[in-house]
Amino acid sequence: MSQLPATVQLQINGRAVSVAHGVSVAAALAIAGMPTTRHSVSGEPRTPLCGMGICQECRVQINGRVRLACQTVCAPGMQVERLP
Amino acid sequence: MNTLNTSLQAQSLRCDVLVAGAGPAGLSAALAAASGGARVLLLDDNPWTGGQIWRGGPYAELPAAAKALQHKVAASHNIEVLHAARVVGVVGQLADHTVLVETDSGALHVHWGRLVVCTGARERLLPFAGWTLPGVTGAGGLQALIKGGLPVRGQRVVIAGSGPLLFAVAASARKAGAKVLLVAEQASLARVSGFARKLPLWPSKLVQALQLRDSSYRTSTTVRAVQGVGKVQSVTVKQGESLRTVECDRVAVGYGLLPNTGLAEALGCAMVMRDGAPAIAVDALQATSQADIYAAGECTGVGGSERALAQGSIAGYAAIGALQQACALEKERAYWSAFAAHMHASFALDPGLKNLPMPETLVCRCEDVSHQALQAHGSWTEAKIHTRCGMGACLGKVCGSAAAFLYGWQMPEARLPLAVARVATLAASAPERLTCPDAPGSGGRPSK
Repeated sequence: MSQLPATVQLQINGRAVSVAHGVSVAAALAIAGMPTTRHSVSGEPRTPLCGMGICQECRVQINGRVRLACQTVCAPGMQVERLP
Repeated sequence: MNTLNTSLQAQSLRCDVLVAGAGPAGLSAALAAASGGARVLLLDDNPWTGGQIWRGGPYAELPAAAKALQHKVAASHNIEVLHAARVVGVVGQLADHTVLVETDSGALHVHWGRLVVCTGARERLLPFAGWTLPGVTGAGGLQALIKGGLPVRGQRVVIAGSGPLLFAVAASARKAGAKVLLVAEQASLARVSGFARKLPLWPSKLVQALQLRDSSYRTSTTVRAVQGVGKVQSVTVKQGESLRTVECDRVAVGYGLLPNTGLAEALGCAMVMRDGAPAIAVDALQATSQADIYAAGECTGVGGSERALAQGSIAGYAAIGALQQACALEKERAYWSAFAAHMHASFALDPGLKNLPMPETLVCRCEDVSHQALQAHGSWTEAKIHTRCGMGACLGKVCGSAAAFLYGWQMPEARLPLAVARVATLAASAPERLTCPDAPGSGGRPSK
């Protein structure tokens, strides 16, 4: 196996963010100071709740697809966008 | 071990034994099933094996037993592991023995000879005023997020709910640098003391308990409300009869665990009520009511990782007809079943928790449906039709379980798809009727 980089660079809401290897997108959002993953139907900001792929509160756009931030590991060059 | 992660568009995979879920039960089931040479496919929706209790990640520290088991699975030549793969449906008739699996790169039809369902448990999340504020998580949820690298250093954290898991969550949060101000257990001191008194019957559990002892632990204490503007600023807890407010940055609340039964329900397996929640019914060999389908671990009733390991091995051996090996583990399973029964009796939920939500508290977080809007209805189906509760992205996994507890409603069996899936995946479930297996730009459920 090739050596893993100590950090991973990705884009969160258009901003370059650097995190440790293996960090989840849910954690990266908090590290970047942009923890909100979505706004509810009545406009409330929401952040991850269950942390294990059940509640869907952490769904975000990752490389153009809606995925769960808590079950996705950051990868180099990943594009993460908050849902509208 | 082979890891499949490359482009697969509605491709087919065939295996002798499919193990759905790679927590303690799934890992041990896969290993047992592989012992006789069967081709085993082990899949999990997480990026790592280990389930929730042995969740991997940059800040996860796994016990030696977990690492040893994962190593054995990885070293096995006839176990294939598929990460980030979710069973979303059943293809054709049950007799076709085929499930629809969604991976990052596409849809898969998995044909199995025998199936072992090891879908684990989720947290029971009960609504209270302010639970939708950023900074409120499940208790196990916080632990999972910390293992994934969520920064909590210097943050003031209140942990609440019920069960021995709260100790482990507090320990994880402290290790990550959080200041744990309070661990609030809803059960009474008498109940918790009763739990502790019997722990010498399970010496390894006693050792764990002593290691996790916490000076900020309070019994008969519940979170009543969280306050804050845009984020958590304080929490109000009721301890005995008195209310107090604690300033904090995070509140993590979980009222025990609930079996994940969706896949087994979709396959027509019979359910049984166990410790107040529906669980998959199994016999002494972990066989479900459906031929060739076995189930093990928390999805058959919450009982902890030790019991899940024993059940998983029994199920794996039974699935390949190795009944002697399966039966040899019955004693081990019974030992941990007794622990599970003791735990459930000790941490039974106070019915007073039904009064937690305020009229305006949202119960359904996907569709923002309040407690008072739901109370006006007599059943889940009626409430669903009139309020859209349970029709959002979580498919009722959070609000449905809360409604069952709050209103005593009977929950209907799981429907397909079992989880939110991409259109292209669902199209792949009926290839004879649909000819567009890869709809471009399909990104799951329309966003709100």
